[in-house]
Amino acid sequence: MINSENPYIPYIATVEDTWDETYGDRAIKTFKVVFDDEEVRENWSHLPGQCAMIGVLGVGESMISISCSPTEGKFLRFSVMRMGKVTQALHQLEPGDKMMVRGPYGNNFPVDEWQGKNILTIGGGIGQAPLRPIVEYVKANKDKYAGLTLVYGARTSGDLCFKGEFDEMSKSGDLSCHLTIDMEEEGWDHNVGFVPQMLLDLKPSPENTIAITCGPPIMIRFVLENLKKLGFEDEQIYTTLENRMKCGIGKCGRCNAGNMYVCKDGPVFCYSVLKEIPEAFA
Amino acid sequence: MSAMLLNKDKWPEFIGKLTAKNLWAPQAEGDAIRFGPVKEGDLPALDYNNTRVPPKQVLFPQTETMYRFQLGNVEMETPELTGEQVVLGLRPCDARAMDIVEKLFKWDVDDPYYLKRRELVTLVGVACSEPGLNCFCTTVGGGPASTEGLDLLMVDFGENYLLEAVTDKGKTLLEEVKELLTDAPADSAAQKEKAVAEAEGKIKRTIDSEGVPAGLPGLWEDPLWQRVSASCLGCGTCTYLCPTCHCFDIQDEVEGFDGRRLRMWDSCMFGEYTMHTSGHNPRPSRKERTRNRISHKYSYYVDKFDVIACVGCGRCINLCPVNIDIVEILRQVKEAL
Ligand SMILES: Cc1cc2nc3c(=O)[nH]c(=O)nc-3n(C[C@H](O)[C@H](O)[C@H](O)COP(=O)(O)OP(=O)(O)OC[C@H]3O[C@@H](n4cnc5c(N)ncnc54)[C@H](O)[C@@H]3O)c2cc1C
Ligand code: SF4
Ligand code: SF4
Ligand code: FES
Repeated sequence: MINSENPYIPYIATVEDTWDETYGDRAIKTFKVVFDDEEVRENWSHLPGQCAMIGVLGVGESMISISCSPTEGKFLRFSVMRMGKVTQALHQLEPGDKMMVRGPYGNNFPVDEWQGKNILTIGGGIGQAPLRPIVEYVKANKDKYAGLTLVYGARTSGDLCFKGEFDEMSKSGDLSCHLTIDMEEEGWDHNVGFVPQMLLDLKPSPENTIAITCGPPIMIRFVLENLKKLGFEDEQIYTTLENRMKCGIGKCGRCNAGNMYVCKDGPVFCYSVLKEIPEAFA
Repeated sequence: MSAMLLNKDKWPEFIGKLTAKNLWAPQAEGDAIRFGPVKEGDLPALDYNNTRVPPKQVLFPQTETMYRFQLGNVEMETPELTGEQVVLGLRPCDARAMDIVEKLFKWDVDDPYYLKRRELVTLVGVACSEPGLNCFCTTVGGGPASTEGLDLLMVDFGENYLLEAVTDKGKTLLEEVKELLTDAPADSAAQKEKAVAEAEGKIKRTIDSEGVPAGLPGLWEDPLWQRVSASCLGCGTCTYLCPTCHCFDIQDEVEGFDGRRLRMWDSCMFGEYTMHTSGHNPRPSRKERTRNRISHKYSYYVDKFDVIACVGCGRCINLCPVNIDIVEILRQVKEAL
C-alpha cells in the first residue's frame, strides 16, 4: 500500500526480531519487522518477488526484497547483506528499533498462475532472499502445486542463508532440497561444486515445471544456459534484475534496462521477455 | 477574452502587476541570462535566444527537500508547497518539455512535488522569432509558437505583444490585467501565422525520427555508439541542462540533529549512476551511457509515453564542451537503420 498522499514518505516499523544468517565482511542479517500503524499493518499486502525501500532516517534507503510470504503472518522479513552505507546502518538495528519502510514495489512472481506445476528455485548467496517467499508460499498452498524443489548454493557453508529452515522443511517432506558449496569443507555432507553444474547433474525434468533463478549475474547466466540444455522453454524460466534504484516508483529514471523500468516492470521477468532486452545481462 | 494586445508602452506596468504575483522571468546576469525572481522595478530580458539553464527548476528544483526530521526521532515533516507563481518568458520548447516530463511524474503513482508545483504556477510563454543555430523543435513535434504546456502565449507583433490564453489559468491572468490590454485586431491570426512561418523558416536543423523509436534497440551493437561517444568527457552537461531530463538522486543531509531527505538532479552520463555496490556496472563506459541517453529519449520514452523526450532546444549541442551533437547522432542512427 503505497502512501497515497506522498509515496516517498515511508511507514514506521519496529524491528521485532533480528538474527545473523552469515558472518564476515559481507554478513547477512535477517530482520522481522512490524508496522507501527495498525491500519498499515492490516492493509499491507504483497506477493513473492516484491521489494520495499527500507532505511534509517539520516542515512538513506535501500531497495530490499521482501523475503517472507504473506502466508507467514502480518509482518515483513528482510535479509540484508552488509555492503555499504545504508546496509551498514541497518545492521545496527536491534529489536525495538525503528525501521523506515515504503512499498511494496515492483511486480511479483506469478505464483497463482503456476498452480498445478512443479516449482524449481535455483539460488545463489543472497539471491535466495527473493526466492524464499516462493518456497513459503508454495508450502502454505501445498495441495495446489505438483512439487517443490530447491537448489541453493553459496561459497562456503557459512554463507548459506535460511539453512536451518530448509533442513526442517526437507525433513518434513515439504521440499526436495539440494544444497551446494564451492569447495570441500569438513563436516559438509551435501554437494560440492557450483550451482549451474549441480543443476545439470540433478537433471530436473522440464515437464510441467517452472524454474526461477536469482543470484550473482554470472551464476544466472550459466543457470539459464543449463536450463536450456535441460530442455526448459523460455516461458518456463523466471529471474529478477537488481538494477540500482532510488525512487522505486518509476520517477528517478535510474533503474532502466532498455525500455523496462525494473522498479515497475520488474524486478521479476520471464526469460522470454528478458532475452529481448539487450541491456538485461550487461 | 482569449486573444488580446498589449502595447509595449504598457510593458513596465504589465510586469509590475505580475511582479506582485511572485514573478519569475529571464534576466541578464553578466553575459548570461537566467530564470529567477523578478524584483520590483526590474524588467525581464526577452530579446535573448534561450536561457542556458532551462526553467525546469521551477517544477523540479535542482535540490529539493522531500521531508525533514530530527535525528533519533521518526516524525517526518513535508514542506508545504503553497503560494502561486507566474513564470514569464519561457520558450515553447521548454514548456512542452514540462508537459512531456509530467507524463512520467503522473505515471501510475503521482509525484506530489512536481504536480503541486505545476498546479501553483501559471506559465506565460513567448513565441520565438529568432530561433537559435541549433534549434530543431519543428521536427520533434514542437514549433516556435507551440502552446503545449503553456497557460498563455505571447507573440511579438513589433509595437505590441499578442497575448493568447491557452488555459483557464491563462484567461484568469488576462482578466487581471485587462485594463492594460486592447482587443486583438481582426487580422491578428493572419499576422501571427506570418510571424510563425517566418520563424519556422529560420530553423535550419532537422531530425528525421521516422522508424527511430522502433529501430533503436536493433542498433545495440552498432559501431556508431563508439564513434559518437569517443570524445565524451562524461561531464553531464547535456543532461543537467536538458529540459526533459528528470533523473534524480535521493540523499540524506544532517546538520547537528536536523535532518533532511533531499532529491537532486542526477545524470545518466555519470558512471556512479548505475554502479552497483558490488562494483559491477551495467553501463561501464561512455559508449553505453550515450546509447542509453539517446535510446531513452528517442525510443524508451516513446514506448512508455508515446512522445519523444527531446524538444529540440539545442542546449545539449550548444553547451557540450566537446561538440557532441544529438542531431548528428540521430543522422547516424537513421543511416544505420
Ligand atoms: C530489486 C532489488 C532487490 C534487492 N534485494 C536485496 C536483498 O534482498 N538483500 C540485500 O542485501 N540486497 C538487496 N538488494 C541490493 C541492495 O539494494 C544494495 O546492496 C544496497 O542498496 C546497498 O546500499 P548501501 O547504502 O549499503 O551501499 P552503498 O554502496 O553505500 O550504496 C549507496 C546507494 O547506492 C544504491 N545501490 C548500490 N548498489 C545497489 C544495488 N545493487 N541495487 C540497488 N541499489 C544500489 C543504494 O540506493 C544506496 O543508497 C536489492 C536490490 C534491488 C534493486
Ligand atoms: S536532448 Fe538536447 S536538444 Fe533535446 S531537449 Fe534535451 S537538451 Fe534539448
Ligand atoms: S555534454 Fe558532451 S561531454 Fe558532457 S556528458 Fe554530455 S555528451 Fe559527454
Ligand atoms: S527506481 Fe526510480 S525509476 Fe526505478
